[in-house]
Amino acid sequence: MTARRPRKRRIEPLVWLMFSGGGVMAAVFLPVLVFLFALAFPLGWISPPDHDHLLAVVGHPVTFLFLLGMFVVLLVHSAHRFRYTLYDGLQLKRKRMVAVLCYGAAVVGSIAAVVVLWAAT
Amino acid sequence: MTEVRVHHRPISTWWWTRKPTYFVFVMRELSSIFVAWFVVYLLMLVYAVGRGEAAYEDFLAWAATPWVVVLNVVASLFLVLHVVTWFNLTPQAMDVRIRGQKAPASLVVASQYVGLAVVSAFVLWLVTR
Amino acid sequence: MADSIRLEVTRYRPEGDSGPEVQEYDVPLRKEWTVLDGLNHVKDEVDTTLAFRWSCRMGICGSCGMNVDGEPKLTCATFLSDYAPGPVRVEPLANFPIVRDLVVDLYDFMEKLPRVKPWIIRDDDLTVIDGEYLQTPEELDAYKQFSMCINCMLCYAACPVYGLDPEFIGPAAIALAERYDLDSRDRGARERLDVLIEHEGVWGCTFVGECTRVCPKHVDPAGAIQRYKLKAAKENVMAFLLPRGAR
Ligand code: SF4
Ligand code: FES
Repeated sequence: MTARRPRKRRIEPLVWLMFSGGGVMAAVFLPVLVFLFALAFPLGWISPPDHDHLLAVVGHPVTFLFLLGMFVVLLVHSAHRFRYTLYDGLQLKRKRMVAVLCYGAAVVGSIAAVVVLWAAT
Repeated sequence: MTEVRVHHRPISTWWWTRKPTYFVFVMRELSSIFVAWFVVYLLMLVYAVGRGEAAYEDFLAWAATPWVVVLNVVASLFLVLHVVTWFNLTPQAMDVRIRGQKAPASLVVASQYVGLAVVSAFVLWLVTR
Repeated sequence: MADSIRLEVTRYRPEGDSGPEVQEYDVPLRKEWTVLDGLNHVKDEVDTTLAFRWSCRMGICGSCGMNVDGEPKLTCATFLSDYAPGPVRVEPLANFPIVRDLVVDLYDFMEKLPRVKPWIIRDDDLTVIDGEYLQTPEELDAYKQFSMCINCMLCYAACPVYGLDPEFIGPAAIALAERYDLDSRDRGARERLDVLIEHEGVWGCTFVGECTRVCPKHVDPAGAIQRYKLKAAKENVMAFLLPRGAR
């Protein structure tokens, strides 16, 4: 009974961890970023920071790593949630294709994030 | 044993409109689309900042056009729904213990809002310094 | 208060060739009467052919679960007066096949439950002579909430994921797995994880949370499932980080 069978390595737990990490990031970091950059600055509620300062912040290696990590987990979070919304909400039957499309989009988005962030450093 | 002719009830595609709790659940899950939108939006911002002062000004002007504002307001509402539901579910999802005692749910929820406030203040300081 | 209330009861006769139909009955509306009392009144006084399950009338046996106005409820703990002036829809528990009238087929759960091995698993086999396994009040407290389940299946009826994907092992079974995992006498956590880490185990759950909302015993199956996900994830990370022998 005590014989330990080698456990298969699985992808679901890893995806779920990234989904959860993304959920935390979306709840903790996204609100202030959205408030500032999507509402307050464009609409002039707060005067926008000048370009040089923003470039210095975005160009910093720590910001680069942080933003990249955040964007990746946010994309996985979205893809994972949306995948199950399609299963449950719309009762889609072609589950494999839905999964490939959702996670595929997250991968493409992550690559785009690397390119864009790299260009800004 | 005799074969019993059981009846299976089909589930309507609109099952989630039948109960308020189901509806909130599906709206919560749909917040994922808007989280993805904000990733795209922030990447466009970073791209504009990287391209120079003029591109950055253009981006801010574009972000103030009506349809972008409407989209961002709607997306923000979904983000708020995500924040509230995410924080509320955390005490259920994690067994937080303080000195062996189960931490009260209200404490777990409240401490997350404190975290949100601290992070927000820091980001605000960093970008407007 | 009006002196009667209308029940709209689902009828289904497997020997006929039509699907389920609704039959209406007017039953006395008394302050202390539950939906189950109303059904028993129908059975005793009006229509002896009505079929439904019940036993204890006190929220212990878990056999009287039905959908009352669309919500899974123990009918022996649901008062008619809360639905006045009516009518009240009484349907068989959602997500299960109907056998007859308000009786559903629970075979699917009966088949799934033993898969999570809801019993104490030991490495050693002590006999009674060796003495009992002692447990402190704190150790009892760790799993007590999850041991309150009465297998009433309200959580399965409330779960849209189970309704849409019958492969999903479901809330109560996972809560019971957690009940034994958390028991200080048990050593079977790993065997249960082997079952639950599969796709039809915990991963289909999207944390709708309805199971916890409808549970009459405050078992919180949704919480148990999320904790299982975390456990499975930790285990998996360990498997990636540590060489096989060290685990
Ligand atoms: S977990 Fe609660 S709702 Fe589900 S079967 Fe057990 S007692 Fe009933
Ligand atoms: S009759 Fe036993 S729980 Fe209702």
